[in-house]
Amino acid sequence: MLELELRHRAGDLDLDLRFSTQARTLGLFGPSGAGKSSVLNAIAGLLEPDHGRIALDGDIVLDSAAGIRVPTAQRRIGYVFQDGRLFPHLSVRHNLLYGAGAQHESRREFETIVDLLELGSLLERRPQTLSGGERQRVAVGRALLSRPRALLLDEPLTGLHAEARQQVLDYLQRLKRELQVFTVLVTHHADEVAALADEVVRISAGRLVRQVPIAEFIARRAAFAPATATR
Amino acid sequence: MTLLAPDEWQALALSLRVGVLSVVFALPFALALAWLLSRKRFPGRLLLESILFLPLILPPVVTGYALLALFGRHGPLGELLGTFGIVVAFRWTGAVIAAAVMGFPLLVLSIRAAFDNVDRRLEAAAETLGAGAWRRFATIVLPLSLRGIVAGCVLGFARAFGEFGATISFVSNIPGETRTLPIAIYELLNVPGGMPGVRRLAIVSLLVAFGASACATLVAGGAPWRRRSDA
Repeated sequence: MLELELRHRAGDLDLDLRFSTQARTLGLFGPSGAGKSSVLNAIAGLLEPDHGRIALDGDIVLDSAAGIRVPTAQRRIGYVFQDGRLFPHLSVRHNLLYGAGAQHESRREFETIVDLLELGSLLERRPQTLSGGERQRVAVGRALLSRPRALLLDEPLTGLHAEARQQVLDYLQRLKRELQVFTVLVTHHADEVAALADEVVRISAGRLVRQVPIAEFIARRAAFAPATATR
Repeated sequence: MTLLAPDEWQALALSLRVGVLSVVFALPFALALAWLLSRKRFPGRLLLESILFLPLILPPVVTGYALLALFGRHGPLGELLGTFGIVVAFRWTGAVIAAAVMGFPLLVLSIRAAFDNVDRRLEAAAETLGAGAWRRFATIVLPLSLRGIVAGCVLGFARAFGEFGATISFVSNIPGETRTLPIAIYELLNVPGGMPGVRRLAIVSLLVAFGASACATLVAGGAPWRRRSDA
């Protein structure tokens, strides 16, 4: 569950948003420059808004009025960046383990995630030797192994060719089925939202335009079409 | 062994010792200052940078005089160290301090450039995975800038190895104690029949300088993971 209230101005960005959701997977949908990634950065603590209040499962991670700001490292947010941001000097195994604890349970989780994302054959490789799709799978695995209470996916399929895109999308759908992690998916592609989200928040120019269940989004996709960048 | 006379070996050994120890002594301070300059904005930053560059700009003899004024028997730091029975003026330890001060700006500049080149987004990714500031520094910033740090150390060593003006002003020319290789060359230049010795020591200096330069170039040539990804 996410409750979010944000106001932030910086350069061209003028963010003024307020919404809450109980959905398991929220699609944050809108055109480029709408402020979607800034919302994710604020949730992760990488952006300190001018004013804001963010609560995850009832726990306040940011309340600027009350002077509360939980540091990023303590928010337990799994963030999958658009460019993966794998550590180039570490093997896939060590990338995956970076945010994982040392306990026995972590080893079991490691094996589960490696199996789920079929990363077994990649473990000893360096990120530079991976394809774009493999890189994103590792980034997703790494984020999940940090035991996040929220998984943030920032355009995870952008830049991938059609086959890799479909492959990563399949893995994300599988994760959604098998793991119960609250997820926010940022994208400007309606088909990705339709494939993964339970609820959709459409934003434009930093403002909330509409918040609808996925069924309504799919049924009235045409109404959302103007926000969708052509692929 | 007739390659070098015993006192020439002594001067070479002292210069090598001074070069290595000055880098070892300066490195922790250089790392801290380089990180501060690379990552933080604070009042007085410009002043700090100006002070940092002073040893590069000031005539080395002036730096040596300043060190003597500070660390001499009646200098504020000299008196303080004297209470612990430590004397550095006119001692080889003073030569280490002089070399460390003269090489410090080069060390800081190299390390700072290496820190600047680390992709800050990787640090943000590490932060979302629960890594605090020290862990990010130790596991992301340091390994990714290791080559720049090593290259800086080699340059710092080379600068220290060739240090003359500040050393002779601060610790004078005491055979077996403070007569480093450059000071020995200077001494031989002023002694009738000293030219063969000057030539020998000049060749040794050239070899050490070339070795250091080659090392720095090799080490700073680029991380293997970058080279692979560029290929």
